[in-house]
Amino acid sequence: METAWLTLGALLTIFTFSFLYKDNVLYKIAEHLVVGISAGYFVVLLIKTNLWPIMSQRLFVKGDEGWALDQWWYFIPLILGMLMWTRFSKKWSWVSRYPLAFYIGIASGLTIPLELKNRVVEQISASILKFKFDFSATGFLMVPQGAWDTFVIIGVMCCLIYFFFSKEHKGWFGGSAKIGIYTLMIAFGASFGYTVMARISLFIQRIQYLRDWITAITS
Amino acid sequence: MTLYERLLVLDRRWIFLILAIVIVGAIFVPITIPATAAKEVEVIYNTIEELKEGDYILVAMDYDPNAMAELHPMSYTILEQCFRKKLKVITLTLSQNGAGMVDEALKGVADSSTMYARITPKYGTDFVFLGYRPYYALVILSMGQNFRVNFPADYYNTPLDSIPIMKGIQNYDDVKCVISISGGNVADAWVANANGRYNVKVALGTTGVMAADYYPFYQSEQIFGIIGGMKGAAEYEHLAKNPGPAIEAMKIQVFAHIVIIAFIVIGNIGFFMDRRARKRSGGQE
Repeated sequence: METAWLTLGALLTIFTFSFLYKDNVLYKIAEHLVVGISAGYFVVLLIKTNLWPIMSQRLFVKGDEGWALDQWWYFIPLILGMLMWTRFSKKWSWVSRYPLAFYIGIASGLTIPLELKNRVVEQISASILKFKFDFSATGFLMVPQGAWDTFVIIGVMCCLIYFFFSKEHKGWFGGSAKIGIYTLMIAFGASFGYTVMARISLFIQRIQYLRDWITAITS
Repeated sequence: MTLYERLLVLDRRWIFLILAIVIVGAIFVPITIPATAAKEVEVIYNTIEELKEGDYILVAMDYDPNAMAELHPMSYTILEQCFRKKLKVITLTLSQNGAGMVDEALKGVADSSTMYARITPKYGTDFVFLGYRPYYALVILSMGQNFRVNFPADYYNTPLDSIPIMKGIQNYDDVKCVISISGGNVADAWVANANGRYNVKVALGTTGVMAADYYPFYQSEQIFGIIGGMKGAAEYEHLAKNPGPAIEAMKIQVFAHIVIIAFIVIGNIGFFMDRRARKRSGGQE
């Protein structure tokens, strides 16, 4: 049975890779299977591990005398969730704005202060206060760590200048903006290198899978 | 048509084919690539090594099967290290298609620990799988109050209070650190909500595509370590003296990267030669 599943996985892998030659019906089969199974799996998982436990362990509790209402306030999210389905009715779709308003309000309230702290305040602090400018310690490529710290500060400042459009990029300002572009290019290069590695990793894993499959069916 | 003009209009399928041949061929090349662990990977390994027997650790395996090529080797090595150290491991997933995969992986790690390390981690005593809950940011925030807010029961629907490992365990204060092995934006939520809100020690294992975006958090000390992609996984396997699929994959990566670099160089030569030829003939660039 295990070999049958392995074979199914191997065939779907080959179907998917066939797209590299050109779009074809085998690729479409694999693509539709992924979308369908993912959606179906997610729906069943949500009902089985989230909706049903909340209803059967919190909203209602089974006691000696049968089911009894317990934590009634779980009706509030349940009703709000059900109201979202009104989007499918032209007449009642406006009702769905209320649960959406709750959701957006809560999400914004939670996210904005934390994002401001994590992505702005902490990063500014790290770009200014956390550098030690230690020129005695050796860093990457045997260059003193202090030199790297200085390089990062200059890079950050030049990138900010590059995105400052209220002054024409001429003279020293234009030169700094150019350094900013080069700094960004280094960052994009690092990101691209990692991306190539990631994509090749996925391909290698599939080739390893196909190797294991061939070993399994031939042994 | 000149050689460099031909290079510029080369059918990309030739590149795919050459790359595939090289990768398949590299599997059979019997060489070992020396691995040196980066500081940001080593710090995670050392942190787990320094924990005492019975200490709690939270390992969040927040990825789908589409990221398992890069992230499974990290999960396996970290979990095996935790079991070898006899730590108490709480696992969960905040990725919607990850629950079944994580459940299977945990069983696989427990089996491999029994087979290779002669340790038999027991479900409920040595590790627990809390399962999946939607809206990861809210789940991470609520676990700062109590794990039971979002996980009243584990993946198998057993109430948390009746699982021995979870008795007396309330929230992040009871775990020494969080390792999030993540294939998406969940990593942001761990940094923002667990570290930012509750000051929990967080380390990340990320896919290669994500890694460069999360290094600033390491520099700002919002995370204490980062394992980036297959390379990071190979470094971790090397540190744990537990060679696995990542170290094997890095050997193949080297050959693939040589081919890609060669194609980039050839493509650029073609581009510049073509531009020079156009300039000489007085045409537009």
